Amino acid sequence: MEMIPYTVEARPDTGLYNAKFGIWLFLASEVMLFGGLFSGYVLLRTGSPAWPHGSDLLNVPLGTVNTLVLISSSVSMVLAWVALKEKNIPKFKLTLGLTLLCSLIFMIIKAIEYGTKFSHGIFPKESAYFAIYYTLTGLHALHIVGGAIVLMYFWLPVGTKMWKTQPQRFTNRIEVVGLYWHFVDLVWIFLFPVLYLL
Amino acid sequence: MSESHHELPFWRKYIFSVDHKVIGIQYGITALFFLLFGFGLIMLMRWQLAYPEQPLPLIGHLFGDSRMPGGVMLPEFYNELGAMHGTIMVFLGIVPLAVGAFGNFVVPLQVGAPDMAFPRLNMTSYWLYFAGGIIMLGSFFLPGGAASSGWTAYAPLAVIASVGQTFWIIGMVCLIQSSLLGSINIIVTIFQLRAKGLTFMRLPFFVWAQLVTSFLLVLAFPPLLAAGVMQLMDRVAGTSFFMPSGLVVSGQQLDISGGGSVLLWQHLFWFLAHPEVYVLILPAMGIVSEVIANNIRKPLWGYKSMVYSIVFLGFMSFVVWAHHMFLTGMGTVINAFFQATTMIISIPSIIILTALFISLWGGSIRFNTRMLFALAFLPMFGIGGLTGLPLGLSTADIHLHDTYYVIGHFHYVVAPGTIFALFAGIYHWYPKATGRKMNELLGQLHFWPSLVCMNFIFMPMFIVGLAGVSRRLYDGGAGYEHAQDVLHLNITSSWAAWGLGLAQLPFIFNFFWSMFKGKKVESDNPWEATTLEWNTPSPPGHGNFVTEPVVYRAAYEYSVPGAKRDFSPQYEPEVEMEEAPAQKEAA
Repeated sequence: MEMIPYTVEARPDTGLYNAKFGIWLFLASEVMLFGGLFSGYVLLRTGSPAWPHGSDLLNVPLGTVNTLVLISSSVSMVLAWVALKEKNIPKFKLTLGLTLLCSLIFMIIKAIEYGTKFSHGIFPKESAYFAIYYTLTGLHALHIVGGAIVLMYFWLPVGTKMWKTQPQRFTNRIEVVGLYWHFVDLVWIFLFPVLYLL
Repeated sequence: MSESHHELPFWRKYIFSVDHKVIGIQYGITALFFLLFGFGLIMLMRWQLAYPEQPLPLIGHLFGDSRMPGGVMLPEFYNELGAMHGTIMVFLGIVPLAVGAFGNFVVPLQVGAPDMAFPRLNMTSYWLYFAGGIIMLGSFFLPGGAASSGWTAYAPLAVIASVGQTFWIIGMVCLIQSSLLGSINIIVTIFQLRAKGLTFMRLPFFVWAQLVTSFLLVLAFPPLLAAGVMQLMDRVAGTSFFMPSGLVVSGQQLDISGGGSVLLWQHLFWFLAHPEVYVLILPAMGIVSEVIANNIRKPLWGYKSMVYSIVFLGFMSFVVWAHHMFLTGMGTVINAFFQATTMIISIPSIIILTALFISLWGGSIRFNTRMLFALAFLPMFGIGGLTGLPLGLSTADIHLHDTYYVIGHFHYVVAPGTIFALFAGIYHWYPKATGRKMNELLGQLHFWPSLVCMNFIFMPMFIVGLAGVSRRLYDGGAGYEHAQDVLHLNITSSWAAWGLGLAQLPFIFNFFWSMFKGKKVESDNPWEATTLEWNTPSPPGHGNFVTEPVVYRAAYEYSVPGAKRDFSPQYEPEVEMEEAPAQKEAA
């Protein structure tokens, strides 16, 4: 597979290496996926005679904490990539570890929120609002879990060993997974006000 | 390059292969199987439409009492067949053949790449498609049978349907992910792995078609995934995304939370499914352009306007979706908007078709099988396209909506249109994939009966549809007083459909026989073509090109004035010129 060009270095006329091009296309499709769900939200809300205020139904302080946790995870994600650029592996391990920790905290808080609702007997079939709430946040949580699994792989020795043989390629991988991670973060930044505050 | 000398074990080389050519062939054979299977479903349905409530002879008893008691098809089974015919033909047959097989096999060769940009993703894409296919096939054996709410899976019918619909959604999720990975791969390959000198305006038109198609797949499929997730929630978690309050089914008010919108499903579905129509037709246009350019021995007329048209088509296909929904009561303003965009989108298709027609002018045409299929594509797609115009006008659509006229219209586009183009492509690239040519006589035996049967199937449908027969009827309109005069056409269509089935036998035989006994190609460029894929060995080895390809000229430099041969390949640095007359005299 070494013979496929531009797997590591950028192609001069596009300015991208293959994986970076690929991830941007993937993110474009993700925009359309969440865009479809958001437009579903808009249509359901405008078509409904009464729509509840998210702040009356959900725990806004917990949601705010989660927003901060996720933004912090994005910052440490960038720092992990910077650490590789500086060829500083301990710093990379630390910052990527922090990102993983943030994703864990996010999922725990999300589980607490879900659990509280379930214990009060509030399931997706409760109302149109909860249907779209569980669908949007559930799909987002799946994205977090998927991303965290990939990050975990790069954090463990099995993934990091590529650094020794192909440091540039490994840095690219972290950049690409970082782009995905920022996107998932960005989705939450839309989800939080739409579901919790409006 | 050391890998190329290393012999891979059988299962890595042919089954879990990462080579784009093997994956392309895997896609091709699987998709051809599904095309045949989906066609088999409709051949069963055509019996019921031609001879309602009569027992199906010979094979009727094989389907069991739950589906065809006494050989007579039950309406529920008819609905299953109808839904699965559409789903299989579109998502498991044509798209995987057009994009998965031809896109995978031909695009890297035509852009001068050693493989796709992401070989392992490519393999994943095929196996997701395979899994989706198995799930769809398996759903026939579920209690209550396969999905039976049409390939459009309209809510609320699909939400209250049997468990087959859940499998349909899960199968679709696999297919959506598969086409997402595949199309990302094609786009990155075209942008990143183009050979030196291969500028965008030198790309073969087929590559342009695949590029636009892939963008449509990347951007249009995810909203269907969103809709699928919502429908799954409706079915499994009891939500009411698509279920309105107070819905009454069989006289009983359903116990649901309500508040949903049935139109939401239609909007999300058609937001995918209209671009999907162009996913079905654009690769076909690409294949036809390749075959025609090669067989008229002159450059395509208006290559640039064809490229701009296809890009414009891609953009416009995202803003026409609601012309499928004129009768849902969206309101005249929205109808007028989508009617206008629909009329606009017909213009670039007409430009492409016109350019191909004009290309024929003055060419020295080689009438071989692949060219016959490509030539037949032009008027067949033309009929399909022109009969679509009345459907795009919201007033005319009031009468025509959901009748057999619609069936006739879009089948002219995809059956004698796209499928003929795909056949042309198979005959065209078969020597590249196998090193042998397909038999010409069997090819003609395949083409002519297919052309006649196709028209006898679909032309009567326009008449039946204009008489007002709904496409959804289990008895083919036998209960309609006003349609009695046209119902005999159902019998014509049915016999033509079975005839079409017979006409595929020479093709199936030819396809397998030629692998072993076909005439060996005398050179790597048997059709004397100009594009890069003919600069590889037949079949190409691992890594495709023997030397790194460099491109020197546009894609279709046929019959360059003064050149020694009537084709000047993209990969040859110099055009060999005949000696100038003046020099001859001097000599």
